[in-house]
Amino acid sequence: MAQPGSAYPLEKKEQRPETHTMTVLVDNEPGVLARVIGLFAGRGYNIESLTVSETEHEAHLSRITVVTSGPPMVIEQIQHQLERLIPVHAVTDLTVKGNPLERELAMIKVAGKGEKRVEALRLAEAFRADVIDSSTGHFIFQVTGEQSKIEEFIALMQPLGLVEVARTGLAAISRGPERM
Amino acid sequence: MSREMTGAQMVLQALADQGVDHIFGYPGGAVLPIYDELAQQDRLKHILVRHEQGAVHAAEGYARSTGKVGVVLVTSGPGATNAVTGLTDALMDSIPIVCITGQVPTHLIGNDAFQECDTVGITRPCTKHNYLVKDVNALSRVLHEAFYVARTGRPGPVVVDIPKDIQFARGEYTGLTNSQHKSYNPRVKGDERAVAQAIELMAKAKRPLFYTGGGIINSGPLASARLRELVRMTGFPITSTLMGLGAFPASDPQWLGMLGMHGTYEANNAMHDCDLMICIGARFDDRITGRIDAFSPGSTKIHVDIDRSSINKNVKVDLPIVGDCAHVLEQMIDAWKAKKPKLDRAALKVWWAEIDRWRARNCLSYRKRDDVIMPQYAIERLYALTRGHDVYITTEVGQHQMWAAQFFKFEEPNRWMTSGGLGTMGYGLPSAVGVQVAHPDSLVIDIAGEASVLMTMQEMSTAAQYDLPIKIFIINNEYMGMVRQWQELLHGGRYSHSYTAALPDFVKLAEAYQGVGIRAEKPSELDDAIREMIRVKKPVIFDCRVDKHANCFPMIPSGEAHNHMLMGDDVTGEDIEKAITEEGKVMV
Ligand SMILES: Cc1ncc(C[n+]2csc(CCOP(=O)(O)OP(=O)(O)O)c2C)c(N)n1
Ligand SMILES: [Mg+2]
Repeated sequence: MAQPGSAYPLEKKEQRPETHTMTVLVDNEPGVLARVIGLFAGRGYNIESLTVSETEHEAHLSRITVVTSGPPMVIEQIQHQLERLIPVHAVTDLTVKGNPLERELAMIKVAGKGEKRVEALRLAEAFRADVIDSSTGHFIFQVTGEQSKIEEFIALMQPLGLVEVARTGLAAISRGPERM
Repeated sequence: MSREMTGAQMVLQALADQGVDHIFGYPGGAVLPIYDELAQQDRLKHILVRHEQGAVHAAEGYARSTGKVGVVLVTSGPGATNAVTGLTDALMDSIPIVCITGQVPTHLIGNDAFQECDTVGITRPCTKHNYLVKDVNALSRVLHEAFYVARTGRPGPVVVDIPKDIQFARGEYTGLTNSQHKSYNPRVKGDERAVAQAIELMAKAKRPLFYTGGGIINSGPLASARLRELVRMTGFPITSTLMGLGAFPASDPQWLGMLGMHGTYEANNAMHDCDLMICIGARFDDRITGRIDAFSPGSTKIHVDIDRSSINKNVKVDLPIVGDCAHVLEQMIDAWKAKKPKLDRAALKVWWAEIDRWRARNCLSYRKRDDVIMPQYAIERLYALTRGHDVYITTEVGQHQMWAAQFFKFEEPNRWMTSGGLGTMGYGLPSAVGVQVAHPDSLVIDIAGEASVLMTMQEMSTAAQYDLPIKIFIINNEYMGMVRQWQELLHGGRYSHSYTAALPDFVKLAEAYQGVGIRAEKPSELDDAIREMIRVKKPVIFDCRVDKHANCFPMIPSGEAHNHMLMGDDVTGEDIEKAITEEGKVMV
């Protein structure tokens, strides 16, 4: 009998992994984030980025933006498993809806003097990064944009005295006038 | 209606408003205010168990045999952690449970107080939902919501953790309202277009098969009634999972028996060869599918389920229908009647002829013996001698459970209580306690294994206290038979720790628990002993000594396809050793 295999641990993953951005509208109540994260951890789903903040104060609703990856069947599972959580109002797979706007903010601390310092400032201007703190020995830049832009900027700062980076994770919204 | 009262009083009031008659519990410091209220009333009956795991299993038995929500009351810390196995069991088998746990007072939470544990943290992954109530004015709303969540949609266990100060505090009680839940409103009706498509597919099918599961039972007796109607209207064959037994009568000629790892030859072959699979309230679990890439390769699959996440989880289906089984079945019946489809009678005749050939293989046959009781024979006799009684069966986990599923025939839903998803040894005895509480005059039998039953044996004491005449029918092979069977399959028959030496004398044990002990060792004594067990109106432990080496067949070895079954009557030692491939060995 050739080709044994099966049940869950042996399933041959023929499907290629995809990266999807989902938004989850939840009641802003204690433990709700733990439920969402626990679901990902318990079922072995990936979290590449996760942001959360109350977006509708009157209704006590928070919006979670999560970037995850997996084969299509798993992505579908993730959406439906999230929908199953009691405090979840709505889940939207923005990637499926098509081409969402995705932005991140990063604060980047760079220390250095002389030529390197000048170069860092010049690059910051090119990336439209703001200087939000500085001394004669350092800058802190604030840069917003798509993740690729932030990655690129950080890479450029690396040889110029990069000290540390703080990033918000991705926030995303669908294009057009409709609500999620 | 809004009244002022203490948190503890609210608990009792909410239970009354929810129509709860029985709760299963165990007291402790953090729930004493609620216990004090319990003592001052006699409407609500409290059953004092001997271990909190038992409380949850009893509530599961109660729930599964009545269709009502089972209610549990336990204390903080160890009370809550002891309940975790039961909660997980209820989650896996979708049993509606509300479990109220006491908690240390709010100002001590997080301080590692005496008998503190993070109950909501621990039970988050093993409940459908849980709550920590920190405001007495929210308590009544949370309790009513807990019942709503437990029984609505795909049912499951819900924990409400109530700190002790909240139980003492006074606040406003609000009764039931019929306002809609703000986020949880599962759809019950199926999409009409999808239902129409399903009927279209059914009309054209040449080799159709119904594959049903516990969802039919959970949906309620109406779902079983409609399933019967639809299946008979179509004339199609039907099989079911372990959890769905009884939804369709086992005596019906369209019934193929259970499917899956220990399912019948005809059911599994029909699954493999069908061209249309109509799955209703089942979830393509690995015990059912076997090797997933060889699972029913040629079929179009329809899947009806109330839980969207069950669809396309393990097996990609062609036509999903999200909705409650009873509702969707009604829609299907209506659509079928409206369409009056012309079936492919000739093809269906060929299909039934094929099924009859598989049936003729007589896959459940075993070698009867005069000198020892074969376990299958014991269950056959138990079945035969309990006809004419109002019978409920619970089981433990192991070979005896599978034999019970194969040899005990169920005609009605809610008569069969078993731990399917979690496979919890120790489920059956406390579950029988819960069933007997709900059905005091019925014959409630736990078909048990001698190893499993020792895990929750102390609930015999509960049975004695409340005059619950449960029957513990132990298929005693002195082995953890199912473990031994797998050791034969996977590990060259090296029986590592699967033999229980120093078993108790079960007859004396029954007597110690103020029950009655009965033993049968020879086939010739069996019938009289079973009759005696039925006659006795007390808890009974029946020590049925059976062949120690019998194995449970048919069996799809793990990692194999439905059409590669091991059969009981012609299996050799060599077959057994070769049955599981290297890759199959890693599976449970
Ligand atoms: C709590 C728990 N522990 C371990 C297991 C693994 N297990 C499955 S069946 C079994 C043996 C059961 O023995 P017994 O109750 O005597 O039943 P038999 O198979 O002999 O009929 C074991 C240990 C389990 N299912 N549940
Ligand atoms: Mg045994």
